[in-house]
Amino acid sequence: MSQPIVQLKDLRINATTDSGRQVEIIKGVSFDVTPGEMLALIGESGSGKTTIALSLLGHTRSGCWIDAGEIVVDGHDMAKLSEAQRAEHRGATVSYIPQSAAAAFNPAKSLIDQVIEAARIHDIMPADAARKKAIELFRALALPDPDTIGERYPHQVSGGQLQRLSAAMALITDPRLVIFDEPTTALDVTTQIEVLRAFKSVMKQGGISGVYVTHDLAVVAQIADRIAVLKEGEVQEIGTTEQILHAPEHPYTKELMSAFEPKAFEGIAIGNTHDIKPVLDVKDVFAGYGPKRSDGMPTALILKDINFDLMPGKNLGVIGESGSGKSTLARAVAGLLPPAAGQIGFNGAALRPDLQHRTKDQLRRIQIVFQLADTALNPNKPIGKILGRPLDFYHGLKGRAREARVDELLDMVRLPKSIRHRLPAELSGGQKQRINLARALAAEPELILCDEITSALDTVVAAAILELLKELQRELSLSYMFISHDLSTVEAICDDVLVMYKGEIVERMPTVQMRDGAQHAYSRLLISSVPQLDTQWLDGLEQDLEIIAQFSHR
Amino acid sequence: MNNIIFKLIAQRLGVMIISLVIVSFAVFAATQLLPGDVAEILLGQAATPEAVAALREAMGLNQSALVRYFQWLAGLAQGDFGLSYVTNEPIVDLIAGRLQNTLRLAGITALFSVPLALSLGILAALYQDTRFDRIVSGITVTVISVPEFMVATIAVLIFAVHLKWLPALSYANEITSLGHMLKIFAMPVITLTFVISAQMIRMSRAAVIETLNTPYCEMALLKGASRIRTVMVHALPNALGPIANAVALSVSYLLGGVIIVETIFNYPGIAKLMVDAVATRDLPLIQSCVMIFCFGYLILIMLADIISILANPRLRT
Amino acid sequence: MTGLTTTIARKSGYHINLMGLCSAAVILFWAIIALIAPMITPYPVGEIVDWDYFGPSSSAFWLGSDYLGRDVFSRILMGARFTVGISLVAVTLACFIGVTLGMIAAVIGGVFDQVLSRFLDAFNSIPSKLFGLVVVAAVGSSIPVLILTLTAIYAPGSYRFARALAVNINTMDFVTVARARGEGAIYLIWEEILPNILGPVLADFGLRFVFIVLLLSGLSFLGLGVLPPNADWGALVKENISGLPFAAPAVIYPSIAIASLTISVNMMIDNLPKKIRDREN
Repeated sequence: MSQPIVQLKDLRINATTDSGRQVEIIKGVSFDVTPGEMLALIGESGSGKTTIALSLLGHTRSGCWIDAGEIVVDGHDMAKLSEAQRAEHRGATVSYIPQSAAAAFNPAKSLIDQVIEAARIHDIMPADAARKKAIELFRALALPDPDTIGERYPHQVSGGQLQRLSAAMALITDPRLVIFDEPTTALDVTTQIEVLRAFKSVMKQGGISGVYVTHDLAVVAQIADRIAVLKEGEVQEIGTTEQILHAPEHPYTKELMSAFEPKAFEGIAIGNTHDIKPVLDVKDVFAGYGPKRSDGMPTALILKDINFDLMPGKNLGVIGESGSGKSTLARAVAGLLPPAAGQIGFNGAALRPDLQHRTKDQLRRIQIVFQLADTALNPNKPIGKILGRPLDFYHGLKGRAREARVDELLDMVRLPKSIRHRLPAELSGGQKQRINLARALAAEPELILCDEITSALDTVVAAAILELLKELQRELSLSYMFISHDLSTVEAICDDVLVMYKGEIVERMPTVQMRDGAQHAYSRLLISSVPQLDTQWLDGLEQDLEIIAQFSHR
Repeated sequence: MNNIIFKLIAQRLGVMIISLVIVSFAVFAATQLLPGDVAEILLGQAATPEAVAALREAMGLNQSALVRYFQWLAGLAQGDFGLSYVTNEPIVDLIAGRLQNTLRLAGITALFSVPLALSLGILAALYQDTRFDRIVSGITVTVISVPEFMVATIAVLIFAVHLKWLPALSYANEITSLGHMLKIFAMPVITLTFVISAQMIRMSRAAVIETLNTPYCEMALLKGASRIRTVMVHALPNALGPIANAVALSVSYLLGGVIIVETIFNYPGIAKLMVDAVATRDLPLIQSCVMIFCFGYLILIMLADIISILANPRLRT
Repeated sequence: MTGLTTTIARKSGYHINLMGLCSAAVILFWAIIALIAPMITPYPVGEIVDWDYFGPSSSAFWLGSDYLGRDVFSRILMGARFTVGISLVAVTLACFIGVTLGMIAAVIGGVFDQVLSRFLDAFNSIPSKLFGLVVVAAVGSSIPVLILTLTAIYAPGSYRFARALAVNINTMDFVTVARARGEGAIYLIWEEILPNILGPVLADFGLRFVFIVLLLSGLSFLGLGVLPPNADWGALVKENISGLPFAAPAVIYPSIAIASLTISVNMMIDNLPKKIRDREN
């Protein structure tokens, strides 16, 4: 058996916290990678996967250092080498594909100069030969205009193209090992497919070994031979992809798999639906930003001809890719972005388009919850005050009555009462999002607009939040408008789903029909682009090239 | 791309011109606030009512302030700065030689300080957190925190009093030889160099460090680039904009520092002229000097802005 | 010494620096001197007490005597009142005006913001020393005029800084949530924005204080600031400048006083106590 390309033995990495304390963030990790294989490191945020991946290059982020263990890459122990020696291997033996290619490219230099830079640093071949090789790589990665794309600057190409260019940048020196650091996380699903395909073909061609870091199990299923599951700096389980996906052994792996599996949604029964008015009734809405043009429309028109309604006790999902206008829709309903045309009706009564003219009661009954819990909570206010304010503002509660209600709200979102004295910075992502929800509930609303509220959370935490949302709906008869780019989330909680593309509603259908029964070409493209937990999915995927070209923002 | 840059530059130019007009208005207004009648003050003992009236008529002081303002502006635009109240000479003559002196002083200072400061700043960023960096940072913070006259007095104490290399004051009107000239310029230039170098070192160091913390500089490291290569090839080109901005701003500080330095060293420049004019309440002279100063200041600030615009790669291509 | 700093750190939850402590001590020292100066000067400030002028440091005159034979130490102590006092009043006014207007402009936006920003930007076209020069030339240099001039010079900078901070906070989701709730501008400014910009605003306060001290000293040095018989530290340097070729203490010590104050403030800003954020707790 040939020598493994990577041998990690009992790696320990420490870090210093703000207060000067030392903590161990990687606690004795060991694994091997055989030549030509792709090992995936999966785990939630904070599991240490990026730290381990960077250590394979002998690099640690500031504040961290390698405490013990061996990091043997192609026979060299990166942990023991000097910085200059490590630099000799970086980019030559082992190279790195970053998470955000857009940030990893120097805005002031041309693309081709940066792609061949590693070859020049290590003096592997003269500049001309490097350029030729780069262009071949561009072709292999299916980039448009491979002969000339290198002359452009980073801001002139799209995100998906940049990600593939960073792959060319990593492969120019024929490395033996490539580290992929969540390279498709920031991309839309439709773009992600192309990029994954490109990676897979180039790696197979060169017989290159890889380590793929991600939290997305479906992506991993397409591209990895073996999977290592990480949690809090320790390996929970390692095995072949098939085994981990279909027969996990470790309880944490099982938890992860179950959070990933979409659960069918059972809506709550309403009873007699004949005379009930819709909670939300949107007609002919147009909205956008900027000064008004001569036809009355704003200069940057985002939403066009929006029509839909939402019945009480039901949930409506809104899916689409970036730029589809889904967040703008939420803001228009909330009154934060008054529509230029059209009407919004709430429980049969017309809502004034902007905040200033709506009554306090109307404002109270529609609440909005945002994606990034970090910026949605005032960092200088303790939780008790944050929750207390809407109680005071809407219901005039003060003193003991208010404190009691705050306790109830915390209970509703399954958080301990002691948390009221904490500041937001002391809470985890999931806890902060629960506080966000509690704040919305404090108003006793009828409709909650959820703007990508689980998108920034880990899979397990997000699943818990969705459960909470469903319970609250049963207890309090709420309706949700749930905006997300993640189809499985929407599947788990919505009765119907709207598909948006470039500011227009392209289709509306019951969620149960989503997987197989979409009618519109774009809906079908979008839904078929979501990776499945099936290792053969990517290879077997057939998508109409013409439709892709029509809808792509490549 | 050229269109956008053109528009932005034209905008800046426009802003500068408007600012100049506002400044001229403010300066004129300020000098009108002076208590007491100008003609009376000038005539002093000889201020009989008829003499005062005649002088007012001759000086055009009976016209409204607004009219006088526009007359003055028109004069400025044509290069006619009026006559000094004190010496009755054309102000242009008074200013010309002194302006030259000040520009010479500023030019020599810039020549020394810019390369010195940029090198130190970039080196300090390159060797961040080493002893060299800490010493440089410590000295620059100290120099920035203290008044210019303190730097000047310390320079005099060291070079004139203790080492006796240079004269304490400079009598630039009697330049006899190159050596003599060097001696005269040395003290003011040393003082000014310290003052603006400190600013430039701080700003350029910060600009390079900030650029070093970007993801693309980390990417360069991960491709195997040495720290020097990362700084020179990746960080510097992107830091050039902020650095050039810093240079332009620091040079504009010269305009403030030169007021102190010319006073303390008795250097016959335009700043000293202005300070003396304030003491003697020579209004036209004050107005003219202030306008020249503001003009120079605004040009430097506008230059700093334009450089920032040009340095943005998104606009260039 | 590290024992002291770690104890403070553990008890209060703040990470304190030795440098920060020292600078704070110096600042406190001068603040107290400024308050009690008339009570502790060893010699009356205006009286000639030494036969020798520009006398050296001695046991009788700790910091020597000035160009007329007056005690330098006493004059420095009294000078603290003017330097520290005038600067403190000016910076407080400047920051109060600047921060308030900045926050209002950020929250209300629109025409108010545009007009105010352009107007205050115009102040940017005049170098600060020049402005001071012109105003003093026009109106004279009584203490109220000095204070107002200094305020006018530095308020626009404070406005721009505070406005930039406030605009940043204004775009954050928690402010949007409050707006969507129906909260009014005053609530937004007082409860949501101000607490989140207080830290940087205080640091800017300190920096501006240093600028003002330096400008005031510069103006006094040119004979345009605090006028005789009063004297702030800058004026002390001016009146004794003829002693420079003799390295007289009378020229040097007032400068050192200024430097001690400004360096300490800068040091303290760089070494502000950092709140310990320990997630494991």
